[in-house]
Amino acid sequence: MLGVSLLAQERNPFAGDPNAAKAGEFQFRINCSFCHGLGARGGGRGPDLTLAGKRHGTTDVDLFHNIKEGIAGTAMPAAVGSIGVGMTDEEIWQVITYVRSVQVKTPANPPGNAANGKDAFFGSAKCFACHMVQGKGGRLGPDLTGTGSSRSIESIIESIREPSRRLAAGLTEVTKGFPQEYETVTVITAEGKAITGITLNEDSFSVQIMDPSEKIYLLEKDKLRSFKKSRVSLMPAYGTSQLSDKALQDILAYLISVEAK
Amino acid sequence: MRLCLFLFAAASLTAQVTFERLVNSAQEPQNWFTYSGNYSGHRFSPLDQINLTNVKSLVAKWVYQTGATGKFETTPLVVDGILYATAPDNRAFALDARTGRPIWLYQRQLPADIRPCCGRVNRGLAILGDKVFMGTLDAHVMAFDTKTGNVVWDVAAVDYSQGYTFTPAPLAVKNLVIIGVAGGEYGIRGFIDAYDAATGQRKWRFYTVPGRGEPGNETWEGESYKTGGAPAWITGVYDPATNLIFWPTGNPAPSNRGEGRSGDNLYSNTLLALDADTGKLKWHFQFTRHDEHDWDATQVPVMIDQGQKHLIVQANRNGFFYVLDRTNGKLLSATPYGTVTWSDHKDAEGRPAASKESSPTAEGRYVCPGAYGVTNWMSPTFNPVTGLFYVNTRDQCDIFTTAPQPYEAGHAFYGSAYIPALQGEPYSGALRAIDPASGNIKWEFQHASPSWSGVLSTAGNLVFSGDAEGNFIAFDARTGKPLWHFQTGSGTIAAPMSFAVDGKQYVAIATGSSLYTFTLP
Repeated sequence: MLGVSLLAQERNPFAGDPNAAKAGEFQFRINCSFCHGLGARGGGRGPDLTLAGKRHGTTDVDLFHNIKEGIAGTAMPAAVGSIGVGMTDEEIWQVITYVRSVQVKTPANPPGNAANGKDAFFGSAKCFACHMVQGKGGRLGPDLTGTGSSRSIESIIESIREPSRRLAAGLTEVTKGFPQEYETVTVITAEGKAITGITLNEDSFSVQIMDPSEKIYLLEKDKLRSFKKSRVSLMPAYGTSQLSDKALQDILAYLISVEAK
Repeated sequence: MRLCLFLFAAASLTAQVTFERLVNSAQEPQNWFTYSGNYSGHRFSPLDQINLTNVKSLVAKWVYQTGATGKFETTPLVVDGILYATAPDNRAFALDARTGRPIWLYQRQLPADIRPCCGRVNRGLAILGDKVFMGTLDAHVMAFDTKTGNVVWDVAAVDYSQGYTFTPAPLAVKNLVIIGVAGGEYGIRGFIDAYDAATGQRKWRFYTVPGRGEPGNETWEGESYKTGGAPAWITGVYDPATNLIFWPTGNPAPSNRGEGRSGDNLYSNTLLALDADTGKLKWHFQFTRHDEHDWDATQVPVMIDQGQKHLIVQANRNGFFYVLDRTNGKLLSATPYGTVTWSDHKDAEGRPAASKESSPTAEGRYVCPGAYGVTNWMSPTFNPVTGLFYVNTRDQCDIFTTAPQPYEAGHAFYGSAYIPALQGEPYSGALRAIDPASGNIKWEFQHASPSWSGVLSTAGNLVFSGDAEGNFIAFDARTGKPLWHFQTGSGTIAAPMSFAVDGKQYVAIATGSSLYTFTLP
């Protein structure tokens, strides 16, 4: 028995088995689609798993551990005892077999030019003012280092063209159902100072805000003169007049190239 | 004489928890005898030492760390200064309720292949005589000696490997320990069991899905009743006047696919009125017929007496607040208390009925509430002082999809899935105070995000609730104004309770892996 279970940790016993993929699809719908969407194409809160690149490890054994144990520091829970009905080892391998069956074998080469995209990111498009890639850039918006491999192209385009449509997810707490979103908040302090920024975290009694100069404010709500939240993102909407389709494709190519290295 | 005194003292320390004490629990407001505090399901404490004027000075008294990871859902019992509770993985323990120091500790060795759907959880114990009782994740029912924690009996109810588990606190009635089974996600056949508290012998079982030839079986297509689900995973209530227990049931299986199980699917999503001695069905009321949205009716039903009216009310997961006559199960009113889109008419009995457009499809259909419901299993409270019913609610809609799925014993059996509908708005949640007479919402407090906390109300005109951000909050029961809060460090998925020892009132809540108590300084 021990030998069998050790073996199961070393390789996928169902690799390429279409019946296992079908069984895995049922498990995926129940346990994974809540975040990763139907068909594993990604949702508002989980990466597109049809992409070949996986940010937290690409082998079947990596995926097994990521599913079974969860991924620390992310919203990805362990397969047992959290969201969904929980899965046996056998069912986890079936899910991996399913994910492999829908995975795009070779990612489509982005049509854009990654070098031009990098120039735009750190230059004319001013993305770097708020976003970091590989340690360079601003802190107000999400770090985009892993974005190219963890989100679908469509959702990244949406975030650039219509950033308020789906606010980016920030801090995730184990016991909260949803991650904190990059909401815009405007407060007036007891001293009359107005602060506008993004919400790092919030509960019924306190709020933590970062303003565009990256200053962090830790505030108690009952001491504020006013507190207003908005779901209009502080990120400007990049229409085609601000960012041409070609420049957008270049930036996408750059973001995807970052993870490829 | 000295000997007599000694005997008297010893006897008072070992006072048996008789059935009469459970029935007359209001006469011992210092004790919390049952999951919901009394047989009526009120989760109300008659204690008023902590009240509107002094609650702002409430402080933490002691904290007990269970060492368990996973969702901590217990409601402790307190009897004569001893606190009894459970923790994940079927831990059970007894503490000095004044200090939090343990008297005994138990942890079950669970088999590796148990299939709890939603965490290795347990919601608490029942107490009767000199024993406390726990249902286990491997579908056993156990009795412990209250003084030592020794296992007095341990019986297997059913084969756990098919997906059966016990998660709720049992209910002790007369000489019986009553508990319902979980496992609606695995295509089980649900039941409610009663065991002899002295021996563990099973006295009756009520199958929540009728077998071939039994009334109600005709509400299932073909053989679908065999995997019909209808679990009973929340603790019911008891009416001593009629000797009836009222027990709610959960979803038909597969939860997201009605095709193949056409019919009403009794007794899924139903409130059952059963004779406590025999388990015989007196009446039933089905909240959601032929459910395709996983709207278990597993919310604590609450008995309310208004003059000559003997009511039982439930804030149901499907979004309606139901008021029934508990003498006969007749519906008196059903009022939405959150966002509801699934129902567009009422049936011949006056029940809210599903629109054709609410059924899940292969592509997915947007329906409110989502599968988590306007509320879920988190306990509500009824406060006889304010006359109001309080419950944590959620405003979230889902996209419900369906697909054929073969049944395989012990494997999840949903018939597809529900995914949150992201409409560009965050999901919200609120603590709502409902007038049970009218169903009207009297006040609400918007949480920062939806809370899974149960609610306690007290004669001190207070309501206590946790939130998802870790706060434990006291509200003015009349207005919903928050008066005090404490950051516990973890979101709450349990329900608060209150007790007193040595004349001092405590409020307790399980969060994270810790059991917190609060008192006045």
